[in-house]
Amino acid sequence: MTAPTAAAQQDVAAYALRLGDDALVLGQRLCEWAARSPQIEEDVALLNLALDHLGAARTLLTYAGGLAGPGGAGVVRTEDDLAYLRDEGDWTNALVMEVDGGDFGQTMARQLLVAAYQLPLWQALSSSADPEIAGVAGKSVKEVAYHLDHARSWVVRLGDGTAESHRRVQAGLNEVWPYAFELFERDALTTRLVDAGVAADPLLLEPQWRATVEAVLAEATLTVPETTWRPTGGRSGAHTTGFGYLLAELQHLHRSHPGATW
Amino acid sequence: MTEFTSAGGHGAVPVTGVPSDERGARRSQPLWEVFVRSRRGLSHTHVGSLHAPDAHMALRNARDVYTRREEGVSIWVVPAAEVVASSPDEKDAFFDPAGDKAYRHPTFYDVPEGLTHL
Repeated sequence: MTAPTAAAQQDVAAYALRLGDDALVLGQRLCEWAARSPQIEEDVALLNLALDHLGAARTLLTYAGGLAGPGGAGVVRTEDDLAYLRDEGDWTNALVMEVDGGDFGQTMARQLLVAAYQLPLWQALSSSADPEIAGVAGKSVKEVAYHLDHARSWVVRLGDGTAESHRRVQAGLNEVWPYAFELFERDALTTRLVDAGVAADPLLLEPQWRATVEAVLAEATLTVPETTWRPTGGRSGAHTTGFGYLLAELQHLHRSHPGATW
Repeated sequence: MTEFTSAGGHGAVPVTGVPSDERGARRSQPLWEVFVRSRRGLSHTHVGSLHAPDAHMALRNARDVYTRREEGVSIWVVPAAEVVASSPDEKDAFFDPAGDKAYRHPTFYDVPEGLTHL
């Protein structure tokens, strides 16, 4: 076996960082529901989901930070360096992960759109040529299968529930819907990594995503939004206004008290 | 006679003659009793209760609330209103007569070595 080139390692590090940033940012958004959920059972459920994402994020950020050392710029960065000490422009998560959770209906709509993408994503990555990414994928497939089941259960109940719950979840869906399509963009990095057998092909994920989502929306008596607005830029560090506030909450303790432990 | 049912796993409480909140929040989120089997070969054990709008969500809530630290391999949820419980008024008639029947305990046998779950 030949050693991977530095450039190839940098690609894998950048891809792992995208996956890790997606997981960490969505996990942080879900944590905002702590002690604010409609019922205490749901409070625990949402934080369980957040912890699943946090677990994946830790492994992926540690991996990305380590690869950037030997193969790349020569500086190993820890998971904490990457989570707490990067500014907005250095984050590569997709915008749908950071978009405001709104009310419970909007959060469930976002959960549906993301889980319906992550299930086929992690399924594909289970056979990634990169053993570390394949390992994370193997664990995440089971977790996200539950995330999808959870989101589907709620979207159907809210959509096919009362007039008010239907109105709210439809409004939430309309709000987050345009952000989902960035997930299926293929840029130079993903193209190289798809060819190398490391990354999942985003173009192949979209039809699976759409079939899953549309089936749930039909059952929930919800309407597929018609907007053609397609915000993008998260992968290259261009984020929404709310993202700075999210980072402030995530990072302020570590930045105010470097090295703090408990 | 007053009707009793289980509530919250805390034994029997009367279900009639009790003022209830009719505004809907709790009515649409009835109580469910949760039973978890910790591993194969053991019985399902009552672990607590929770509120959920229907059986499907009750099962998922139970998964999230009661098995998040690897406590179980199987879950049952049962509508608390469907649990028929003995009444505290009947305690003496139900349970006291068993108090002086030591010969009903299987303590007069030698237990074979290595026998588990007895």
